[in-house]
Amino acid sequence: MEYITASCVIRDREIRQNGQLVLRQPGAGLADFLLAAYQHFGAAYPKFYKMDPLSKLGWLAAEGLLAGGFAGGPYDGADIAVVLSNAHSSLDTDYRYFSTMSDIASPALFVYTLPNIVIGEISIRHKLKGENAFFIFDAFDPVFTRDYAGELLDRMRARACICGWVDVLAEEYSAALFLVEREAAGPAFTADNMTAIMNLTNNGNA
Amino acid sequence: MKDIFVVADNIYSPLGATTAENFAQLRRGIRGVRPQARAEIAEDPFYAALFDPGICAGNAAHTKFEQLLIASVGDTLATAGIDPADDRTILILSTTKGNIALLEEGEGNIGLPENGEAGAARLTLGSSARLLARHFGFVNPPLVVSNACISGVLAILTGMRLIRSGRYDTAVVVGADTVTRFVFSGFASFQALSAGPCRPFDQARDGINLGEAAATVVLSAHRRYRGNLRIRGGAMTNDANHISGPSRTGEELAAAIARSLAEAGCRPSAIGHVSAHGTATQYNDEMEARAITLAGLQAVPVNSLKGYYGHTLGAAGLVESIVTLQTMREDLVLPSPGFETNGVSTPLHICTSPLHVPLDHCLKTASGFGGCNAAMVISK
Repeated sequence: MEYITASCVIRDREIRQNGQLVLRQPGAGLADFLLAAYQHFGAAYPKFYKMDPLSKLGWLAAEGLLAGGFAGGPYDGADIAVVLSNAHSSLDTDYRYFSTMSDIASPALFVYTLPNIVIGEISIRHKLKGENAFFIFDAFDPVFTRDYAGELLDRMRARACICGWVDVLAEEYSAALFLVEREAAGPAFTADNMTAIMNLTNNGNA
Repeated sequence: MKDIFVVADNIYSPLGATTAENFAQLRRGIRGVRPQARAEIAEDPFYAALFDPGICAGNAAHTKFEQLLIASVGDTLATAGIDPADDRTILILSTTKGNIALLEEGEGNIGLPENGEAGAARLTLGSSARLLARHFGFVNPPLVVSNACISGVLAILTGMRLIRSGRYDTAVVVGADTVTRFVFSGFASFQALSAGPCRPFDQARDGINLGEAAATVVLSAHRRYRGNLRIRGGAMTNDANHISGPSRTGEELAAAIARSLAEAGCRPSAIGHVSAHGTATQYNDEMEARAITLAGLQAVPVNSLKGYYGHTLGAAGLVESIVTLQTMREDLVLPSPGFETNGVSTPLHICTSPLHVPLDHCLKTASGFGGCNAAMVISK
């Protein structure tokens, strides 16, 4: 049996940690919102400023997700998996790189033209060395995510798994990360529970 | 644990349109990497493995990327007897940049959002997968893997896992990428491109050659395929070190290898050949040599196929795994082009001439940007 031991959802200019609203920035553009969120978490991590919006968003969601630590840990970094997905791959940065490459092709920008770089950024920050995978779906697929992450945990490929969704295209963005552990307690790791957490509103209703 | 059999495979590359055509060329020492003068990709001449210009020009309905996918999948379906309309069959697409050429092509760069929604929508990896699924009549939504240069190995292992979990009986796993100005300029900006043919693991190595290809492998757990080669196990790890540079120690790739061997039930001594990632950058090859040594495989015959195909990105894990399949069928390890003098701190057994040796178990490795590593065991 696997459990959702933490969650962090970022969308509509709001951050929810474990269902609780922790930051709200009505009217903020994405860049300003990401900066406000970074300041909210209070981490001194200068590398944040070099990241593209997709990596910033995923990095922030991981900060919120792991703020309370691991329920069943501590784990060896090799036993923590990261499985993410989105709809637009790295297209947001692809457009930016394309518009500048004829003048000056920047390696610092080009490296972000791969969606899994956000997994790398989260892994560096939290020293995660386990399984990783990045998938593309039109919308978050909680059933596939449950099955894939569940297999990693069932087959002892990982003892904890960070899974979910991180998507950015221009001003459209959403992130929902879930921490899943075996040796812990919490809501059951089901597709329905992930969907409910993603769709929480101000009233706390799904 | 279910055996996952290889039912059919295809490499569609500048060296040939089938696995057999490709391997025949490799046996003769023919390399796809050649001097290229292609102004649409780069101002100056460069070395790469490219399809002839105009190979896909006759088809207005599909982009070059889409045509490569269709050609490769089509060949395997024709030989495999697989029914795409079976609801127990899944199509898995591995790619890094997909239709990114749409940004550069057509009147007014049709992939740019300001030039219309249709081109921008077609740029997404999901739309390529849907187009491919529709073309062949797959009924399940296709799965897209995009995890830098390990995408191909990860896609095969995802197929293996999905079949073992009982969700599907058959997986059609295809990978492709094309060489565009976008990709070329990016690797050039990293100063990662070799001035000549790439030289994996050699003292004089100075970077990669790019390549383009599509490749497909069809996997099934059905007992009627007993006797075919099997995907036995595999694992992914992350370096957690740097987004564009590999681990300094190789421990993380070594961990992926160890987990792969454990799942396959193989000791290191059972591995007869390692098909390395071997990009011919200073840092990748050094890291990989350390990892292969840490994994206890220092004496095992190793090659890198990048000298034949260049780095085909999202197709690389598939192309190179399929060459490894054919290597096992013929018990023939191919020489690693470009290698003369050891250039890594833990010397490996790099093949410099064709090696005829019985092969029961082989290992494929891959690593990529984002710190990702993958390893996979293939067995008879």
